[in-house]
Amino acid sequence: MSPWLEAVVRAVAVLAAFLTLPLLIGQTEHKVMAHMQGRLGPMYAGGFHGWAQLVADGVKFVQKEDIVPARADRWVFRLAPAVALIPYLVALSVIPLSPTIVAATVDASVLLVLAVIGVGIIGTLMAGWASANKYSLLGGMRAAAQLVSYELPMVLSVASVALAAGTLSIIGIAEAWSPWWLLWQAPGAFVFLVAALAELQRPPFDMPVADSEIVFGPYTEYSGLRFAFFLLAEYAGIVVMSLLFAVLFLGGWAGPLEPWLGWVWTLLKGFAVAVLMIWLRVSWPRMREDQLQRLAWVWLVPIALLQLALTAVGVVMTA
Amino acid sequence: MADGILPGLVKGMATTARSLTRHAHTAEYPDVSPALPSRSRGVIALTEENCTSCMLCARECPDWCIYIDSHKEEVAPTTPGGRARQRNVLDRFAIDFSLCMYCGICIEVCPFDALHWSPEFEYAELDIRDLLHEKDRLGAWMATVPPPVALDPGSAEPAEVAAAAKPARGAGATAGAATARPARVRPARAAAPAAATPADPPAPDPSHAQETKTLPVTPPTSEQTQVLPTTPPSPPPATPTGTPPGTPPATPTTTSPEQEGRE
Repeated sequence: MSPWLEAVVRAVAVLAAFLTLPLLIGQTEHKVMAHMQGRLGPMYAGGFHGWAQLVADGVKFVQKEDIVPARADRWVFRLAPAVALIPYLVALSVIPLSPTIVAATVDASVLLVLAVIGVGIIGTLMAGWASANKYSLLGGMRAAAQLVSYELPMVLSVASVALAAGTLSIIGIAEAWSPWWLLWQAPGAFVFLVAALAELQRPPFDMPVADSEIVFGPYTEYSGLRFAFFLLAEYAGIVVMSLLFAVLFLGGWAGPLEPWLGWVWTLLKGFAVAVLMIWLRVSWPRMREDQLQRLAWVWLVPIALLQLALTAVGVVMTA
Repeated sequence: MADGILPGLVKGMATTARSLTRHAHTAEYPDVSPALPSRSRGVIALTEENCTSCMLCARECPDWCIYIDSHKEEVAPTTPGGRARQRNVLDRFAIDFSLCMYCGICIEVCPFDALHWSPEFEYAELDIRDLLHEKDRLGAWMATVPPPVALDPGSAEPAEVAAAAKPARGAGATAGAATARPARVRPARAAAPAAATPADPPAPDPSHAQETKTLPVTPPTSEQTQVLPTTPPSPPPATPTGTPPGTPPATPTTTSPEQEGRE
């Protein structure tokens, strides 16, 4: 196979995963959230328990008018959804499902993923800035503040597992993983999960889009396909964060049965983490902005630092 | 952080997890028709054969949403030399469900059980004017009227059952008298005020015209009761003072469908 053809095949595979997995998560959220609230959720679209609801939503979004506010910063406004969406596509391409099933092998892939995910928030900030809407601007500022606060504990917790494995490659970290890590890296896993929720602006950290205060935050002025891209970015972010958590903290493809079935284990673990994120969304109320900042700086950063120290001690002791 | 945050978070997750395992409360209405309780007030159905166009329902309707047209027909005498009779023929019976407030008074007031509650409720229209339903549509809803609910245990048996269970009239003189008595007494009692009220206004009118003006709301004094010694004590004192002198007395005997034109 020529390298060009292979690159195209890998890119198409990543794109397919990027377009289907978020829909799977979204549909799961529809149904799980509905049943947790005593409802049924979508039941009609597609015939069987509304499986095609998100497809129908996508068709609806395509049909809607693409409105740009008169006083908006047009280019920034139009570019923002792409800036929010594409980083998760890049991140997905380096997250392995198994040592062999990975679109792009990068040496310092953890570093790449963390860097790229941070870019995604800029899309939100651009949307908030360019919308010429006070609520959007407020939401964008909140998103930026949230990113600044939670990026640090997230990086620290990832640094902990990287330190434990002695590599910055995601595949290397997952290969070095052992079940003992579940206990050893538990504080770091907790910090990573909370920070991931906050980076994704998922409840209980959805202050930037708090609908009871600022309509829909940075996305208020968006409509049609661009709005759908923001939603897709959120769910793609869930996919990326869940898979990353599964690979870094849950061992990824480590599991019983045949070794070549490892990618199934990765997907299952990631799916479980995504369901947990949905569960937290249904169960918990939104945190106030000051509580949110306090949680990051007073609790998560110290815990992450302690985890880093604990990991360092462990590495030195076992070395 | 205040105490109770962690237990609260866990409790929240436990609650949602528990409701995840239970059945949803959603009523899948268009797919599964709802189990309506008996005596549900969905729509008003009409048994056209029972209607005598007596207009009671139309007059009692609080928002006048019942329209009745009828005419009289001559019925030929059934025996030679007999008298031709008249009977009302219902031309139109319509209920405007855009006005109806589902109070059920028309059904309560119908003496001939021509109107019934039907649990049928799926008759929404896109145009409010299409909610005026004529007698054919009202009659079609009769098929959806459920049989009456069984009586409570130990309750008195229904009137028609009791009447059917009684011995026939000709069986014995005493039994016949016993059954006949209430039927005979009731028209007599009803006839007394009916006969008295048309007779009353001419008598007190000239003398009491001023008195009724001055004392419209005061309770009847002893003088007034003395003025009308012939009438029974309870209803008549209220009638001359309460009603203005010009209005016709409201008696159930005077209505005919032709007089009550449609408004």
